[in-house]
This record gives sequence, C-alpha cells and structure tokens, in this order.
Amino acid sequence: MEHKVAVFRKEHFNAAHRLFCAEWTTEENLAVFGPCANPNYHGHNYELIVQVNGVPDPKTGFVINTKDLSTIVKEEIVSRFDHKNLNLDTDAFKNLNPTAENIAIVIYNLLRPRINKDLELKIRLYETERNFVDYPA
Amino acid sequence: MVYLTRAEHFNAAHKLANPNWSKEKNEEVFGACANENWHGHNYELFVTIKGTPNPETGFLYDVKKLSVIINKYIIDELDHKNLNVDVPFMQGKMCSTENLVIAIWQQLQPHIPTEVQLHSIKLYETPRIFVEYFG
Repeated sequence: MEHKVAVFRKEHFNAAHRLFCAEWTTEENLAVFGPCANPNYHGHNYELIVQVNGVPDPKTGFVINTKDLSTIVKEEIVSRFDHKNLNLDTDAFKNLNPTAENIAIVIYNLLRPRINKDLELKIRLYETERNFVDYPA
Repeated sequence: MVYLTRAEHFNAAHKLANPNWSKEKNEEVFGACANENWHGHNYELFVTIKGTPNPETGFLYDVKKLSVIINKYIIDELDHKNLNVDVPFMQGKMCSTENLVIAIWQQLQPHIPTEVQLHSIKLYETPRIFVEYFG
C-alpha cells in the first residue's frame, strides 16, 4: 500500500521590493505597476508554504523530516531574503522583476536540488493575506 | 460607552538606523532591521473610537466614513511607501512601530468627528509583533 501524503512547512520573511521594467519610463511603470513601482520601495511580510508530496518511509513514517525541511528552507530562502531588499540585495532579482510569481519560481528552483528527487515539491507564497501564488501550477 | 474598531492595512518599506550612529552600532542594536537597502512589512492598523450610539441611527459613527478618514490621512500617506523617505510626518523620527503608532494618532486625532473620541490605535508590524497607543 503506497499512499502519497502531502507535508507542509510554513516559514516567513519580511522584505522590501519594487516592481518596474527598466526599459520603460516612470510614467509607463506607474501605469502598469501603480504604487508598486515606487522608486523608494515598499515591503511585505511574505508567508511561504513549502509542500512536499511522497509516500511515508516505512521505517520512519516520514515523507520528509519537517525539522530537516525547516532547516533547508531557512538556509536557502529565509537567510537569503529576510530583511532584504529583493531588488538590491539578492542575485536572483538583479534582472528579474520580484513579483510574487517570480519569487515563487526562484524559491522552487533554490529548494528543488535540496529535496529528494522522488518527492514532489510545490510552493505557495503569500505576498499579502489576500494575494498569493502557487508554483508549479 | 461603546467601542468601535475599523481595521485597515498598508504595505511599506522601512529601516531602523540612527543616523548619528556608525553602521556597526546600528547593526549591533537593530540587527537585520538596519539593512541600508530597507526591508518591509504588511502593516495591519486598528483604529478604535468610543462614545454613545446615536439614538436615531444606532451608530456610534458611520464606520464607512471613519474608513474614508483613515484612508485619506493615514493609508494614502503610508501605503506602498518608504516610511523613512516618503512620509512627511515620519521625517526626522526613528521608524519603529512605536513611533509610527504615535505619529498615526497625532495625524488622525484632529480629524476624528467631535461626537466620538479616539480611544486607541493598534498597529501590527508582523502577525506576532504589535503595539498599542492610547494617546
């Protein structure tokens, strides 16, 4: 009997960002991104939910040890993004707009090599309580 | 006496750094919050007024009108802004949650209708960190 189970770990980080396209004028950026284009940045409390799907190990009963998962998420994500300016302080968003969509993809790509390849990985990222994204969709 | 609360929210960048201190001293006192390039939060704001309900409307005060006042004088000034750089009423102040809640009270109090009293302002910086101010 091989029953797949989804395991979730919640973490959070607080960061500044702005949304803009460098090839556009200030007016074009404001038209598309509104106040999110503020050149002086704004910020969010990001809530991250990392989902790992797999069959529980017959010996441990675990899909993944959640303590290990927490450590991986802190090492790869929280230490990289918490109390940072996503546009200025991170390599990932030097040339990539730090939208919730792109942040979720970046997080997936950072975590994927650290999780057993037999386990499925999904990312849910809340930018605000009412705006959140899932990757992969 | 009835207490009526309106919840609003805004998203902003800030940093905690005393301009009279060295970078090292700021990092020692404020840790990651001193990041020169800012960080940010989803702030949750709770404004509580108190008074006696109007016998004809049953309202302490029309909460939609209270929301309009809060948005005009507070949210429009703070939402999607850099608190240290973009907000006139935080100029020259440390942008801690404590100082921000006091400044919000000072901005809002003159615009509260005379038939009610401003009772408190509660401000969440994160779901687990909040401050309250009673004037």
